[in-house]
Amino acid sequence: MTLYRTLRNGIIDENPTLRLVLGTCPTLAVTTAAINGVGMGLATTFVLICSNILISLLRRVIPDKVRIPAYVVIIASFVTIVQLLLEAYVPVLHQSLGLFIPLIVVNCIILGRAEAFASKNTVLYSAVDGLGMGLGFTLALIAMSSLREIVGAGTIFGVAIFGQNWHPMLMVALPPGGFLTYGLLIGLMNKLQLVKVNLKTHPAPALEEGGAK
Amino acid sequence: MELFLTAGSSPHIKAPDTTQSIMRDVLIALLPTTVAGIIFFGLRALVLVLVSVIAAVAAEFVYTKLMKLPMTIMDLSAAVTGLLLALSLSPLVPWWMAAIGAIFAIIIAKMIFGGLGQNFVNPALAARAMMLASWPSQMATFMNPWPATDLVASATPLPALRYGAGQVPTLFESLIGRSSGSIGEVSVIALLIGLAWLLYRRIITVDTPLAYLASFAFFAWLWGQDGLFTGNVLFHVLNGGFLMAAIFMVSDYTTTPMTRLGRIIFGAGAGFLTMAIRAVGGYPEGVTYAILIMNCCVPLIDRAIVPSAFGGPKRQKKEADHA
Repeated sequence: MTLYRTLRNGIIDENPTLRLVLGTCPTLAVTTAAINGVGMGLATTFVLICSNILISLLRRVIPDKVRIPAYVVIIASFVTIVQLLLEAYVPVLHQSLGLFIPLIVVNCIILGRAEAFASKNTVLYSAVDGLGMGLGFTLALIAMSSLREIVGAGTIFGVAIFGQNWHPMLMVALPPGGFLTYGLLIGLMNKLQLVKVNLKTHPAPALEEGGAK
Repeated sequence: MELFLTAGSSPHIKAPDTTQSIMRDVLIALLPTTVAGIIFFGLRALVLVLVSVIAAVAAEFVYTKLMKLPMTIMDLSAAVTGLLLALSLSPLVPWWMAAIGAIFAIIIAKMIFGGLGQNFVNPALAARAMMLASWPSQMATFMNPWPATDLVASATPLPALRYGAGQVPTLFESLIGRSSGSIGEVSVIALLIGLAWLLYRRIITVDTPLAYLASFAFFAWLWGQDGLFTGNVLFHVLNGGFLMAAIFMVSDYTTTPMTRLGRIIFGAGAGFLTMAIRAVGGYPEGVTYAILIMNCCVPLIDRAIVPSAFGGPKRQKKEADHA
């Protein structure tokens, strides 16, 4: 696998949020406003890159039997760094993300990449994998949080975009809207992927008819 | 060389009913209450009904075209959904909200799950719940029926009784429909005409509505205003969305259990939940959420009650769990 393929893998083919359905907790919880999506995405990307690099460096040192606790300690250290940095430099974002920053520790994407990739690959590839996965997560969060903010609050990054007579669909900003938006995005991603696969394997337009009729 | 022969499984003798004929009868049954709503609430009600029906049918048309599915708008189920949604709205809801609601009902609550027969909740009620969560103030502002001096009603009958504010309609006013509320829920007589038509045409059976009524009436009596067993059963039955739901919502084929016993459990549960929300819940009206919650329980009810196969051995408990 080339470096480009590794990067692309995280953003599109194995997008952690929309293809692997990992890290759903922050995805559903913080995507009520676009700025939260950006903040959460970048914070996770930082932790992901750093933990991937360190775990890849230590992959021959960490004994197999205690690897999970070791990974968690490494990840938690970086999360603590992020949390303190956010609190110091962007306290507003820190406040709106709240509990979900320490919860990055238990984000399956990070532990998943440590286990599936960083513990078996060289440092450079692990860093690129962390970057790709992080960007994939960030892009998915931005897409979802922008959608929810536009429809659910009528604003984007806090700027009102509809006139006075528009009443936003509050539900989209509430938890049920989170699940709905997430499901619709995953469905859209699957549809696009399906079309691509079908075009590759059957050049003639032959979309599968659903089930036996 | 490929040869496709269609060999359908038995039975080969079919009833003359089609989805289209059933839905046409439902539309006919909804006509009296629609007319009553338009008489009491005027042009606004007519506009809402038209917008909602057109938006629902258009949404199904566009979706089936985009997804290259067989065209299903002629089965009239989208029109029924649009009409039911409009009838469950306040006449003062802006028309574009009704349009968004109808599109939501068709696309999100029905087509995404595979179209008619695959939807797990009643599309019109799902859309109504979505609108209630999205635009709470618009959805809870009702208007006085014609003839009236004030446009906006101070309270619909249910909150009027519960909080002692506003005017409680007389029995006669409830019967003909001269009270405030959603477009299609106010006129008891018009709703009963619809029920008579559905029963005459054998579109619905009485088991679910009766179970719903019995359980609802019991709990309405139990949770009275002045302590246990003092409730005004007749008032609760005749006001609010109960009758409309009992006739047109709990009798829906897709979102209710398959067996008669299952449907009775469904109706009883819905009656309990409706009255629980009305009496002790946070909303004055509980029909929407009660039926949606029971819709979600349908797979469980169907799993619990599996009829034994005709001619087969007596059902073993273990097998039924994996039927």
